[in-house]
Amino acid sequence: EAFQKSRGGFSFDLCDRNKNLAQDGKVNVPKTKKTGTTICGIVFKDGVVLGADTRATEGPIVCDKNCEKIHKIAEKIWCCGAGTSADTENVTGLIESQLELHRLATGKEPRVITALTRLKQRLFQYQGYISAALVLGGVDVDGPHIYTVWPHGSTDHLPYATMGSGSLAAMAVFEAEYKDDMDEKEAVQLVNQAIQAGIWNDLGSGGNVDCMVITKKGAKMMRNMETLNDRTFHAEGFYKFPKGTTELAEEAKKRFANVSISSGMEVE
Amino acid sequence: RRKPAMDLLLAASEQAKVNPRTQTTSPIVTGASVLAITYKDGVMMMADTLASYGSMARYKSVQRVEKVNDGTVLGASGEFSDFQYIKDLLEDLTDEEFDMDDGCQMLPQQIHSYLSRVMYNRRSKVNPLYNQLVVAGYDSKKSESYLGAVDMYGSTFKDDIVATGYGMYLALPLLRKGHDKKMDESAARKLLEKCMTVLFYRDCRTINKYNIAKVTASGVEISKPYSLPTQWGYKRFVNPHLTE
Repeated sequence: EAFQKSRGGFSFDLCDRNKNLAQDGKVNVPKTKKTGTTICGIVFKDGVVLGADTRATEGPIVCDKNCEKIHKIAEKIWCCGAGTSADTENVTGLIESQLELHRLATGKEPRVITALTRLKQRLFQYQGYISAALVLGGVDVDGPHIYTVWPHGSTDHLPYATMGSGSLAAMAVFEAEYKDDMDEKEAVQLVNQAIQAGIWNDLGSGGNVDCMVITKKGAKMMRNMETLNDRTFHAEGFYKFPKGTTELAEEAKKRFANVSISSGMEVE
Repeated sequence: RRKPAMDLLLAASEQAKVNPRTQTTSPIVTGASVLAITYKDGVMMMADTLASYGSMARYKSVQRVEKVNDGTVLGASGEFSDFQYIKDLLEDLTDEEFDMDDGCQMLPQQIHSYLSRVMYNRRSKVNPLYNQLVVAGYDSKKSESYLGAVDMYGSTFKDDIVATGYGMYLALPLLRKGHDKKMDESAARKLLEKCMTVLFYRDCRTINKYNIAKVTASGVEISKPYSLPTQWGYKRFVNPHLTE
C-alpha cells in the first residue's frame, strides 16, 4: 500500500467530495484565474514568431490588464499559454527546470521536441485536470518548429497555430493571409493582425500585443509591441495647490486673525 | 380560457413523471453559416449549399439564400425544414400583395419586422423555429441598402455586416477588418469568398459549393452554385519535419 502511495500521479480521492460540496451550494467554489486569451505561433523563413494578448480574467472580470503569456523554456524555446494561469506558469516553469538540467547533463542545445515530450507526458498523466493549452515554438538543430499542446496531452506539429478563446478569430486571419517563407517583418505583422483580431472580437482577450521572434541567432522579445488600449486621460501626479486656493470662511478669518506661523514648516 | 404554454408543459411532465418535452429544441437537418455585407451598389449575401444530418453531409445541393421579392433576399442557417416553412409564410404574404395589385411592394425592413414577430412568438410558446435568419435588401425609392438579422429567440439587429453560426467567430473578424460601405462589387465578392473559404477550412459542417446573392437597384440576382480554390500545399502541412 505504501508503494501505491509513493507511485505519484494525481490522487482523485477528494473529487467526489468537492463535487458534492459545490452542488449543495454551501461552499463558494473559488473562480480560477484564466487567461481567456488569444495566442498564436507561426513559422517563417528564418525561424518562428510567437504572439499573445495580455488580458487575464477571473470569470467576467479583468484581473490583469497587462500580464505576460509568453514563457521561457530555453533560450530559443518559448511557450505561449492559455487556460488556467497557475497551470500554464507552473507547467512551463517545471519543464524549463527539467530542460536546463538536461542541457547541463548532455552538453547540447535543447530541442523543441524535448520540451514537447516533457509537457505532453506530464499533461497526459494528469488526464486534462491541468488546464494548460500551449503554443510551443522555437528553433533548434532540426530547424524552426511550432507545436500545439492540448490539456489532455495531445500535440500537433504545424506551420501556424492558435489557441485560447480568441483562437478562431486569430486562425481566420492566418488562414486568409499565411504564405510559406515569409520574412521576419511580414511574419511579425501577420501575428500582430491575428492577435488584434482576438483582442477586438473576443471578449476573453484584450489589452496589448506581445510578440517573440526566435531565430538561429537568438530570441527577441517585443513586449507590448502594440499598446492599443491606453487610458485616454491621466490624472496629474501631485496635489500641490497654491496658497489662497481655498477661501477662508468669515468665521475662520475671525478666529485665525491673530494666528501666525512660528515654525518653518508649511503644510503642502 | 387558454392556459399559458409553460403551465401545460409542467402539468404534463408532473403527470408523466418524466422530463419536459425537449424534442422541439434540437434541430435535425441543419445549414451552416450565412454571411452578408452592404457595399456601394446594395447588399451581398453568401452561403454554402449543404444541409447536414448531424455529422452526415446529407443534402449537398440545397439553396439557403432565397429571393423574397424584387427588393429582398432571405438567408437561413439552422433547421432546414423551419426555413422551408418560413418561405411558405413569406410566399403567402407576397401572393396577397400580388393579388392586391396596387403597385406596392414590401420593403426589406417590413419583412425583417414580420419575421422578428414570427420568431419571437414561437419562442414565447417554447416551440421555436430553429433558425438564424439574415434579411438583406435594397429600397429603390430611398436608394438605401438594408441588412438585418433575426435569431431563434427573436433578437433582432441591423448592421452593415452580418454573420450566423461559426461565421460569427471565424468570418466576423475578417469582415470587420476588410469591410467598407463604399467598396465595389468585385471587392465585396472577394471579401465574402475569402471568408467562406476560411469557413470551409475550419467548420466541419460545410462544403466547397456556394450561392452568392446580390440585391441592387436593378433587383435580385442569385448565382448558380460554384466552388472556390483551396490551398492544401503549404510546405509544413505536407511535411512538418522540414529542417530549413
